[in-house]
Amino acid sequence: MTSKNPEQTNDSQSPDGMSRRTFLDGALWVGGIAVVASVAYPIAKYLVPPEQTEPDPTTVNVGKVEDFAPNTGIIFKMGRKPGLLICTSQKEFRAFYATCTHLDCTVQFRADMGLIWCACHNGRYDLNGINVAGPPPRPLTPLRVNVAEGQVFVSREDA
Amino acid sequence: MNSQNGRLYRWFSERYGVTKVVEFLRHKTVPVHRGSVWYYFGGVSLFLFIVQVLSGILLLLYYRVGAESSYESVQYIITKVPFGWLIRSIHSWGANLMVLAAMIHMFSVFFERAYVKPRELTWVTGFFLLALAMAFGFSGYLLPWNKLAFFATKVGTDIAGAIPWAGDFLLRLLRGSEDVTGATLSRFFGLHAAILPALFTVILAIHLMFVQVQGMSEPHLSPAQKKPPMPFFPNFVLRDMLLWLLVLNLLALLAVFLPWELGEKADPFAAAPAGIKPEWYFLGAFQMLKLLPAHLLGIEGELFGILGISLGLVLWVLFPWWDRWDPARPRKLWVKSVGILVVAGFLTLTIMGWVMQ
Repeated sequence: MTSKNPEQTNDSQSPDGMSRRTFLDGALWVGGIAVVASVAYPIAKYLVPPEQTEPDPTTVNVGKVEDFAPNTGIIFKMGRKPGLLICTSQKEFRAFYATCTHLDCTVQFRADMGLIWCACHNGRYDLNGINVAGPPPRPLTPLRVNVAEGQVFVSREDA
Repeated sequence: MNSQNGRLYRWFSERYGVTKVVEFLRHKTVPVHRGSVWYYFGGVSLFLFIVQVLSGILLLLYYRVGAESSYESVQYIITKVPFGWLIRSIHSWGANLMVLAAMIHMFSVFFERAYVKPRELTWVTGFFLLALAMAFGFSGYLLPWNKLAFFATKVGTDIAGAIPWAGDFLLRLLRGSEDVTGATLSRFFGLHAAILPALFTVILAIHLMFVQVQGMSEPHLSPAQKKPPMPFFPNFVLRDMLLWLLVLNLLALLAVFLPWELGEKADPFAAAPAGIKPEWYFLGAFQMLKLLPAHLLGIEGELFGILGISLGLVLWVLFPWWDRWDPARPRKLWVKSVGILVVAGFLTLTIMGWVMQ
């Protein structure tokens, strides 16, 4: 350190043209970002829950045919999600996922309206699950119904 | 001040410069004018926040979070614990009154145009405090794990899930799983009892510091209209205390004569009950989502509503930058019109949401 000017000493150029200050600034930035990232990344990953690994059943036994009166509907467990089974006035079975396509509420069968109705925002679907009035943007997701040996089985359409 | 001669006072002032604070309080004044009454609503919001913190801490002593214990523990609080029903009812009513007081505070600031330079950031921090108060309301609503809360949370988190790009991430972040489950309950509890109080306290401290540093906003009056200000201590403080006492009485009356109901326990495999409605401060948004058609301008009505409300809120929080102070125009008709439109729109949708099935 022969120079009398301390500024000059601090900013002395290295052979490749980078001053010590620039180098230290850069190193601080890189180090600082690395510290923040190594704290933030595990936290961000921790906040999002892992995917459920337990598989949903593809077919569910909902009950005996004679237990269902015409013009009624029930909510049943289709794996982790609620399903809606309707017994029409012709004693025909229809099933859907009961989750409203508007904002995720659980719909119900309304015998007085002859419709599937969502209490949250007054959404309406016909008995084929087609959205006919109110805010729902899409039809309900249909499920397949099979009757075998007097029992009602509901299965996913992709099963 | 007698205590100035006291030994305790001397002990502190020799170490911490208490005299400066006392001098500040002694000289602090509150402007007196026709709109002075609106100054009290900030204080009322603060008082109700304190009530919420204290009653919330008391509820923590018995509340047990979990899909199998939340409902049961709240039931235990309101049926078995001495005065548990009162504490719980105070907490629920206090939340509603706090949001109401903060809203009145916000709209009075708006109509007095107290947000103009140099108080832009007081407006912004106040806006975030109200937003946090509503987040408190939304997260606390789920904690008793009853049917209404369950579906309100399904709808509310599904709205977050509809946000483009970030929606899926936000939905899982909020719910802690795909659906509203016990995992959601744990998250909301952590949010309600740890994260939100910490955030709220910090922003509240900044908000109050701004008010102390800049003093209270005054309407621009001609010298003839001006009245001498009121000393903060004791004149304004005593009035504040009297009002706080009245609010405490109102809260007690509501809690005792209209105790908050617990309802039925949440059942993820039951249909949403007829007549389901959110808390009054979300009714306006709820009604709007009900009125919007399934599709609008090529996107889903739901998304349209969310984008519309978000845009409105951004415009609202940035209002101090749309309306700048101009001494030549102390009154602006358009500002008043915007305020009246917003209040009228909010009230109309809220009342519609209240009366319509």
